[in-house]
Amino acid sequence: MADPAPAISAVPAKQVLKQAAPRNEPSGGKARLRDRLAGIALATPATALMLALLIGPTLAVGFLSLTDWGFGARSFAFIGLDNYAEMAGDPVFRRSLINTLVYVGVVMPVSVALALAVALLIQGGRFGRTFFRTAYFLPVASTLVAMATVWQFMLHPNLGLVNEMLRLVGLAGPNWLTDRGLVLFTLAGIGIWETIGYNMILFLAGLMAIPGHLYEAAEVDGAHRPLDKFLTVTWPMLGPTTLFVIVITAIRSFRVFESVAVLTQGGPGNASQVLLFTMYRESFVYFRAGYGAALTIVFLAFILILTLIQIRVIDRRVHYA
Amino acid sequence: MAAVTLQGIAKHYDAHQALSGIDLEVADGEFVALLGPSGCGKSTLLKIIAGLDAQSAGALHIGSRALRHERPSERNIAMVFQSYALYPHMSVYENLALPLAMRDLAAWQRLPLIGRFTPGYRRRRAAIDRRVRETARMLGLEVLLARKPAQLSGVQKQRVAVGRALIRHPDVFLLDEPLSNLDAKLRGQMREEIVAVHARTGVTTIYVTHDQIEAMTMADRVALMMDGVIQQVAPPREIYADPVNLRVAGFIGSPPINALAARLEGARLEIGTRGVTLPNAVAMTGRCICGIRPEALQIADSDAALVAGRITRIEFLGAEAILSLAPDLPDLPVVQMRCHPEDIDHLATGDTIGLTARPEALLLFDPDGARIRFQKARATRDQPLPAFLPLRSEGHG
Repeated sequence: MADPAPAISAVPAKQVLKQAAPRNEPSGGKARLRDRLAGIALATPATALMLALLIGPTLAVGFLSLTDWGFGARSFAFIGLDNYAEMAGDPVFRRSLINTLVYVGVVMPVSVALALAVALLIQGGRFGRTFFRTAYFLPVASTLVAMATVWQFMLHPNLGLVNEMLRLVGLAGPNWLTDRGLVLFTLAGIGIWETIGYNMILFLAGLMAIPGHLYEAAEVDGAHRPLDKFLTVTWPMLGPTTLFVIVITAIRSFRVFESVAVLTQGGPGNASQVLLFTMYRESFVYFRAGYGAALTIVFLAFILILTLIQIRVIDRRVHYA
Repeated sequence: MAAVTLQGIAKHYDAHQALSGIDLEVADGEFVALLGPSGCGKSTLLKIIAGLDAQSAGALHIGSRALRHERPSERNIAMVFQSYALYPHMSVYENLALPLAMRDLAAWQRLPLIGRFTPGYRRRRAAIDRRVRETARMLGLEVLLARKPAQLSGVQKQRVAVGRALIRHPDVFLLDEPLSNLDAKLRGQMREEIVAVHARTGVTTIYVTHDQIEAMTMADRVALMMDGVIQQVAPPREIYADPVNLRVAGFIGSPPINALAARLEGARLEIGTRGVTLPNAVAMTGRCICGIRPEALQIADSDAALVAGRITRIEFLGAEAILSLAPDLPDLPVVQMRCHPEDIDHLATGDTIGLTARPEALLLFDPDGARIRFQKARATRDQPLPAFLPLRSEGHG
């Protein structure tokens, strides 16, 4: 079947290389050596860049996480796993980890479900497709820091548009950003607003890739009611897209930072403290780079786990091959 | 089972006229092939019969019911698609069972987990199970029931698609180019299987194809479509031997019929300076087109020849050979003759020979391509049909 989400395709790189390899290799040893050198020469720039920009820094962060280096300090001591031990007893870290998981737990399902609904409505709509597509995509195209400022005005308890509107219908709006119990969900709402457009575009692409004759077959087979069609064709055929959207949304919302930095600084108390913001504060506000590096490694581990789940567990169940 | 009647069916998309004036009667249990080049409207017509599209004008009856906007499932038709259109996430068993589940189970009974606790579920599931296994046995799919479509070969997918279509005992069985994704050898095998399934079930079948071999070998009658119009509906041998116009004559048969510019003078037919006396007079004089099937030609002395010229090519095909001849008259196209290889053993490319044909075997057309028949009313029926239908595998459609 057509794969609507090739970006995260589970085809192992090895397999791709095997297919791309030339069928009849030159027989002479010299020619083979030349081929090999050419291959190495072609692969070198990308490998060097990856080493310098991705793998090197990751290893450096891993190393730093085992030291007590302070940002800007001249010397550091090797302290083993002390940073990780401190993390285990650190209430701020625990708070920010739980908050991040709650945030992901709200944003991911809601924004995936809403994005799918919006994509289905736009796909099935007769007019205004381009308009709605653009409208929903705008938040993705805009700068979140600037948009967060706009949200700040809108959510102002006394002057904000949101509470003004609530007052019109006789409701007293809460303090969206300073209520301990509410602030995380307010941020999650902003997160949903921000991710729907992106997910919707992915779903629209997935919907377009579903072959039309499957719907015709469903029609002939008696699955002609919208729900039957959705369950028989659309939902299963969207499997790879949905998986991709879920994983990308989880990773994106795991990285929540801008809205927290602009709107709440992790407050009130630590009610909106999230992993990335804690990391930033430890490293660049308190200059505890070693501890910040340890937090980064934990963050990385979570992203890795999410990706592994996608590849190992679910991918096999949505590609039907 | 039911007859299908089409009366004056037309379909247009905005300004484009896809179908016009389609009249066709398919008898109960008959196997009719809709044959034509791509873009002739045959698939559109099939979709209208299926209910996947609605006609712009005209009447469609299946059995005694007049249909226009009824859904496919309300028409009790079944369809096999060119791409098979199997549900890739379902096993063969589930693919086969789906039409029955949709028809026999209520929406809430189809719900996963909950459905099995609804009243009557077990009995209906058992009935569906019986039908699925019966159909699988008929098509040799028993060992494949647990597989997903991606794990099947083309032929196996095709069988599943046929099974899924027939499992509901439809009134009408529609097939849209079902064999075009298979290679030539498997196509022959599936042709036989589909004919056998039709013989066993006796269900009215309409089969869309651009491949004249499929149409000629499988169908009781062939309806040849071109440019959204049915040109002729006839049994395979008749549509070959007695085409109503030059387009039909040119489409059916491979190599195609030789169409030579000629003149009619009473009972005398002249091609350039050569000529032949026709067995019966025709109601026309003047310019015409003389159609000669490749196998109707034979080698002749140059004074008895209808056309003469230089051999440009000899193709040996095993049981037969195709000889191409460039006529010595400037206006005539290359003429092709089909014959037994031994008949031309003594000839080589570059030789000059003459060809002729029995006058009874000539098919005459007026300059617009309409058939000119010999005046004796029974002439065409007296005309012996060719002993075999010579068709080559690479149909020109």
